[in-house]
Amino acid sequence: MIQTLLSNVGEFKKDSILAPLCVSMEVVLEVLVPLMMAHLLDYGIEAGDMNVILRTGGVLVVACMCSLFFGVQSGKYAARASAGFAKNLRRRMFYNVQEFSFSNIDKFSTASLVTRLTTDISNIQNAYQMIIRIAVRAPLMLVFSLFMTFTIHVRLALVFLAVTPLLAVGLYFIMTHAHPVFERVFRTYDRLNNVVQENLRGIRVVKSYVREEHEIEKFGEVSDCIYRDFVKAEQLLAFNAPMMQTAVYTCTLLISWLGARFIAAGSLTTGELTSLLTYTMQILSSLMMLSMIFVMLTMARASAKRAVEIMSETSDLSSPQEAVTQVKDGSIVFNHVNFSYGGEGETLCLRDVNLRIESGQTIGILGGTGSAKTSLVQLIPRLYDATQGSVSVGGVDVRRYDLGALRDQVAMVLQKNVLFSGTIRENLRWGNAEAEDEELIRVCRLACADEFIEKFPDGYDTYIEEGGSNVSGGQKQRLCIARALLKKPKILILDDSTSAVDTRTDAQIRQAFQEEIPDTTKIIIAQRVSSVQEADQILVLDGGRIAAVGRHEELLKTSAIYREVFESQTKGGKENA
Amino acid sequence: MRETKKKRESMPDGAMRRRGPKNAGATAARLLSYIFDGYKLPFCIVMVCILFSTAANVVSSMFLRVLIDDYISPMLSLAAGESLAPYFSRLLSALAMVACVYAAGIVASLLYNRMMAVISQGVLKTIRNQMFAHMQTLPVRYFDTHGFGDVMSHYTNDTDTLRQMLSQSIPQAFSSIVTIVAVFFAMVTTSWQLTIAVLLCVAVILRVSGRIAGFSGRYFIQQQQALAQTNAYIEEMLNGQKVIKVFCHEKAAKEGFDRLNEKLFESADAANRYSNILMPALANIGNLQYVLLAVIGGAMAAGGVGGLTLGAIASFLQLSKSFNMPISQISGQVNAIVMALAGAERIFGLMDEKEEADAGYVTLVNARYDQAGELTEAKERTGIWAWKHPHGDGTLTYTRLQGEVKFFDVDFGYQPEKIVLQNITLYAEPGQKVAFVGATGAGKTTITNLINRFYDLADGKIRYDAININKIKKSDLRRSLGIVLQDTNLFTGTVMENIRYGNLNATDEEVYQAAKLANADDFIRRLPQGYDTILTGNGESLSQGQRQLLAIARAAVADPPVMILDEATSSIDTRTEAIVQSGMDALMQGRTVFVIAHRLSTVKNSDVIMVLEQGRIIERGSHDELIAKRGKYYQLYTGAFELD
Repeated sequence: MIQTLLSNVGEFKKDSILAPLCVSMEVVLEVLVPLMMAHLLDYGIEAGDMNVILRTGGVLVVACMCSLFFGVQSGKYAARASAGFAKNLRRRMFYNVQEFSFSNIDKFSTASLVTRLTTDISNIQNAYQMIIRIAVRAPLMLVFSLFMTFTIHVRLALVFLAVTPLLAVGLYFIMTHAHPVFERVFRTYDRLNNVVQENLRGIRVVKSYVREEHEIEKFGEVSDCIYRDFVKAEQLLAFNAPMMQTAVYTCTLLISWLGARFIAAGSLTTGELTSLLTYTMQILSSLMMLSMIFVMLTMARASAKRAVEIMSETSDLSSPQEAVTQVKDGSIVFNHVNFSYGGEGETLCLRDVNLRIESGQTIGILGGTGSAKTSLVQLIPRLYDATQGSVSVGGVDVRRYDLGALRDQVAMVLQKNVLFSGTIRENLRWGNAEAEDEELIRVCRLACADEFIEKFPDGYDTYIEEGGSNVSGGQKQRLCIARALLKKPKILILDDSTSAVDTRTDAQIRQAFQEEIPDTTKIIIAQRVSSVQEADQILVLDGGRIAAVGRHEELLKTSAIYREVFESQTKGGKENA
Repeated sequence: MRETKKKRESMPDGAMRRRGPKNAGATAARLLSYIFDGYKLPFCIVMVCILFSTAANVVSSMFLRVLIDDYISPMLSLAAGESLAPYFSRLLSALAMVACVYAAGIVASLLYNRMMAVISQGVLKTIRNQMFAHMQTLPVRYFDTHGFGDVMSHYTNDTDTLRQMLSQSIPQAFSSIVTIVAVFFAMVTTSWQLTIAVLLCVAVILRVSGRIAGFSGRYFIQQQQALAQTNAYIEEMLNGQKVIKVFCHEKAAKEGFDRLNEKLFESADAANRYSNILMPALANIGNLQYVLLAVIGGAMAAGGVGGLTLGAIASFLQLSKSFNMPISQISGQVNAIVMALAGAERIFGLMDEKEEADAGYVTLVNARYDQAGELTEAKERTGIWAWKHPHGDGTLTYTRLQGEVKFFDVDFGYQPEKIVLQNITLYAEPGQKVAFVGATGAGKTTITNLINRFYDLADGKIRYDAININKIKKSDLRRSLGIVLQDTNLFTGTVMENIRYGNLNATDEEVYQAAKLANADDFIRRLPQGYDTILTGNGESLSQGQRQLLAIARAAVADPPVMILDEATSSIDTRTEAIVQSGMDALMQGRTVFVIAHRLSTVKNSDVIMVLEQGRIIERGSHDELIAKRGKYYQLYTGAFELD
């Protein structure tokens, strides 16, 4: 895991190395300062020697300035290294997601992907910055300061050796006990957020059923849980400060007492005594810092794990070597195709599908929810691979094509379609980045989108909000069709893409397809029989099998399901055009 | 209001959220009042404990002077042969005394830290609960006009910053102030000349930290903005990931991402750079001050100015460190406090939102007919409901709940200047099915928003069983109405609990009955744990149709005389719809029903169909009548017009 993460440091390696180096220098200087101070006190002030005072003072000022310099540098390098590391991680993850196949995308919910790319990366960034600065600083400080105490007075230094492990054990004990409680609290927090979220989304339900009290009760329970756990965890942490104080005070008292003895015996100077007291603070506060780092790192570990999951997820679909880059025509053949989303051994959602579609034909697909209409057509642009059997386009197995080449020729308008924030023109150009305006207008006319676009004050420059929220459902669907048409595909798949379009426009669009793009194979999934009535072939899907194939008139005679659907939509003497 | 659904659910947490508090003083006072109201005594004890613990700390720095001047120096200048023993025994007792002070300090520190945990978490809990409880009383308008993400962040970000402030900043600020005051006096008594030098250094420290914090703050805002932009981009792209794949648009997506990512990197680099510099800068200025003091002190001692002893200098140096520490601590906390106050202000803003007004006094009660055939109130469930209507003259009348709804010249607009409904008059007799059709924005949903009083009329009157709905208590009015919306909202919990949401007192048997009525029983029993199957994430494991069936069962178990079905079947395919429809038909039996539907096939069998256009009813009548009329409905029905 760590290796995968670190491979993203990349061009910020220099900063990542310089930061801890500067920190080390800073620490060394900081540790030397108390020692020189001892000198200043003993040989300067106590001896009343102004020369020593000024000379040592000068050295000290230089030392402080150097320490300041290194401190600032380390801060700069650490900031750059960690921000850069985060940048690279984010990019690597985003890039990798771009390589995901549909089944990879299905595996992670969008919300979880977003969290991983945002919150988790921020956590890792903070942790990384801490590691290259504080996690270097604290142990170095500890070791150097201890070393200095030993150079000053070996026997007095033993005081630290006695107290330090005790404090370390205490801190470790608190952290290991508090940590699981904190983890639990954060999970409970998720529950609380969930309650609020559901309440907000369902506020009309809550109010309609007058369940405000019930909701308050539900919230109160979780809120109590959080309160109890947080108090528990924080009360455990409350031992931290007093323990630290105990250690500091104990050291102070012991050093004062023993120090006085050693001074009296002549093996220690007064200046050295004050330095030892300064080292006390340095040693113990670096211990404290270490314990904090320990906690932060365990928290970041979870984030790192989630991030690495995305980075190491490999797409299960890729272009083959020596791929075919030309799609000959729009013919499609399904040969004994079985398909399941879970791969082999899972329940099949398509069973033994055999199908032959000639280039330029119009195919209608009907069937209830769960009849695998969408699954069937998704195999054509190879959004998923067939579990068994094969799918061919233009006489070539789809697995032999270069993915980009195949998908350029097989345009699919998804059921859950999305427009992106940007102008209509920008959105349409997803289909073809180089398209001229005439071309845009032509496809919009085909998709019957031109009339409403021209009514917008900004026309093709109308800004579409995220998710296309400022156009109606029918308009959105027509824009999506136009976008797909811009690709000039050999195969066009409409997955329930005209459901919000009125029947007359729907008919117009089909008519335009017939006349303007006769060579393109058109596959239309629809709920309305009227949308597929005139197709060359209509497939009726039921439970993952092709229940019937044929033209409208044939199916009315042969397929009970088709007849049922047709009648349910036309009964009551619907006077349909 | 259909528009609300289109509102972006997560507002970017950008710079707007990092604005400072508008009225910091009032907000802080209000926050403190929570502490004082609930935890007066504990908080006083905490303050006293902080005082003790700080005192112990100060004593620790002062003791060095005593140690050196009263013990070590005399010992060193002892005449030869004189015994050290008395010094050591006196030192021992002095140390014992200091140890006692230390012990008291430690105990005090433990005590206040533990008590503070209870206080801060208790205050947070109170605020949290109050906020949620208050939110439940807010009118639907609030939820329609406030971003989902914005409201959510009151419970997440804002509460988080508040937690940090309560449990860390407040005690730390107090102890810092105490330390600063105490140490200042200790310093002045030791040497006023050196104190002036310290004050000068502090001025430098404050200036430097102010400058750095200013830079860091500016870049931090930039970073937040860049972060918000990047996050929004990531979210949008990932939401459309499948479209990206279908259009082979990966490269462009990457390029767009790289631009934002680079910007984020630059601002994050700058923001962190300055905040990283702060600590070493402060620490080393502190060190410089230390050196400066030693030199000045040394010079003064050598020159015999101010009567400085070695112990005094050593102790002063220690004191100056204790003086700087809280100052840099506070400067580190300022940002956190400002952010927390801004968060608190937003939370209080929510708490100060005006509650849904309710002047209703007519209530819904169980009733029965007595021997005389008069309707009287009953304590137990009778199956008969009545409106209990107290009048000005002290009399009470009971009107049986039947489900008759009449609109008289109703006008309404979400904003006063923009009228959405005009002159709506309609009568729905008990048991009738009334349908609304019309384009988006024609005002269909608005009509139902008025019946259950999610919004109040601008003009006109609605009568429910001949009672003006403004006189009916909102909770009782809503209890008598069932509603099934297009977007089904389920709650985390079992299927059973979700259906029971309609009527918390329903027995298991009643829940089964309701599910059967709604045609939901079959699929529920096929779920892994049947009725005990736990649903999460708005029932994500269920299909759209199944969720819809649960919503219908939920309405069925509430058994209301009036039902509102707002686009309840629009996102279901026709075959599934047939199943849902039969559930709905069973549910509609014998109730007054308002139906809003996208598919005209759903409303065909209504008693009366209202065609709405721009807030007016332009046609009304039964299906056959409207078809015969060959008007707008006819056009819609034949598909000549688009509904959506």
